[in-house]
Amino acid sequence: MLKLKNLVMTVDNANGSRRDIIHDVSIDFEPGKLYAITGPNGGGKTTLAKIIMGIYQQSSGQIYLDEEDISGLSVTERARRGIAYAFQQPPRFKGLNVSDLIKIARPGIDGLELRLKMRDVGLCPEDYLERDLGPGLSGGEMKRIEIAQVLTREGVISMFDEPEAGVDLWTVQRLIGLIVQKYQNNPRSTAIIITHHENVLPICDEIIVLEEGVIKLQGPAQEIWPLIKDDIQCKMKDQCRSEVCYEL
Amino acid sequence: MNFKAIDMQLLNTISDIKAIPSGAINIRKDGKPVVRQSSANIFVGPNSANNGLLVEIKPGTRNETVHVPVIVTQAGFHDKVYNTFIVGEGADITIIAGCGIHNDSHNDSSHDGIHEIIVKKGARLKYVEKHYGEGSGGGKRILNPTTNVILETGAMAEMEMVQIKGVDDTIRTTIAHIGDKANLKIIERLMTHGIQKAESDIRLNIEGRGASGQVISRSVGRDDSSQIFKAAMAGRNECVGHVECDAIIMDRAKIQSIPELIAEDADAVLTHEAAIGKIAGEQLIKLMSLGLTEKEAIDTILEGFLR
Ligand SMILES: Nc1ncnc2c1ncn2[C@@H]1O[C@H](COP(=O)(O)OP(=O)(O)OP(=O)(O)O)[C@@H](O)[C@H]1O
Ligand SMILES: [Mg+2]
Repeated sequence: MLKLKNLVMTVDNANGSRRDIIHDVSIDFEPGKLYAITGPNGGGKTTLAKIIMGIYQQSSGQIYLDEEDISGLSVTERARRGIAYAFQQPPRFKGLNVSDLIKIARPGIDGLELRLKMRDVGLCPEDYLERDLGPGLSGGEMKRIEIAQVLTREGVISMFDEPEAGVDLWTVQRLIGLIVQKYQNNPRSTAIIITHHENVLPICDEIIVLEEGVIKLQGPAQEIWPLIKDDIQCKMKDQCRSEVCYEL
Repeated sequence: MNFKAIDMQLLNTISDIKAIPSGAINIRKDGKPVVRQSSANIFVGPNSANNGLLVEIKPGTRNETVHVPVIVTQAGFHDKVYNTFIVGEGADITIIAGCGIHNDSHNDSSHDGIHEIIVKKGARLKYVEKHYGEGSGGGKRILNPTTNVILETGAMAEMEMVQIKGVDDTIRTTIAHIGDKANLKIIERLMTHGIQKAESDIRLNIEGRGASGQVISRSVGRDDSSQIFKAAMAGRNECVGHVECDAIIMDRAKIQSIPELIAEDADAVLTHEAAIGKIAGEQLIKLMSLGLTEKEAIDTILEGFLR
């Protein structure tokens, strides 16, 4: 469905040298599957999602959607072909409200469905639909609204960039449940979740570990999860029983 | 009075009326009143100097709206008018003013409206003024409104002043005196295109104990237009005042924002925030990732910002 072929993105460093922040990445995303992309901070996860969305242009390599090379298409054109991306840090808009944005995400959505989508992400529609997307919303609220937009878009490729970041634990479970329910085994769509979450990674179909712009590991979750589990879960958890502890 | 289509369109744009409303109204066209009507509680008539309008709202009048739109359609016409509005004690009403100019000629057309608004003890006023210009031809459409507002004890006013488009030159002066426990909120929204020039000069004198004043300005400067925004706020008692001006700058526009705070009492709390910047790239990208074109994204952002 979505095929990345030898993608490279090179940037100029401050000191004038050049560096690949994505280096020779090839991935074949299949329909009906839920993918997790994980890896250390700065590994290139957001960069890869932005290249797929068309926000960044790769230095070399191709992107195919259903056999069509979409490398030269604008963000708008890719969006219209069904690629959707929930930003890691959603921008704020003074003067636009929550319902304006959801209506842009899905033109013609009816009031009932709009309210349902809000409830899905744990926001009471009566309290939030008219709220301004300016500085008055909390980070977690912005994040949920961002996820609601992508869920309503019904894209063929839906990418969520750290949906759990800044969202309380209770809601995270619910959100992840929703994404899994909506995309897993849906033959017409593919979902990609960029995440570090120990509850999300094992339930995805495939895990891709991106480190320094290179795919370090890739495969079915049951194979990959045991290999990375120890790096992600707190090693001291058993000892301190989840109390905060600092290693000196 | 029979209005032409052009007149009705102008009226609709500046005051949202599709037909002549019942109730208190004065429509001024090319310097002459063409519709004038009082209601049981609102007197609409000439002022004593006979150079404008007197609108007097009886104390306690509630939920009524007065329409006082002005249109200028005669090319090269220069209109000047002095209007006085007195909102009686305890009243709660809306005034819809506004001016639309249609000018297809090569001569300038202008309207200078000098308004005096007195909001008596405990009264509440919502005042809406929209400015709009249209027409082909090189003649300018010029609007220079001056508004003096006096808020007596416990009065409240919200004034929304909007310049929609097509006004080539404008100097807007607003001076307010706010009394004890009175509260004034001024909302200004402005968009300039082409080589338009707009200047707004707001002076709030917060004089009463426990009074408050607020100025919120949102503006967009496009093409080669220029804007100057001055807001001077003086606190002369135990009071609260806040000025907020936010501008989006595009193309080759120039925007100058000059907030000024003057405290003359140790219990005056005055604050201001001013920001000028272009549309954030992230905002455009976000909307484009939802399927809008770049132009649609810009329009959506500007429309929201000025709403
Ligand atoms: N536009 C850019 N120009 C130059 N360098 C960039 C650009 N965007 C990202 N980078 C760099 O590329 C690397 C990968 O960044 P990216 O945001 O993709 O990481 P990430 O895996 O999403 O990290 P995190 O887990 O912190 O979100 C980082 O070192 C970052 O500084
Ligand atoms: Mg990231």
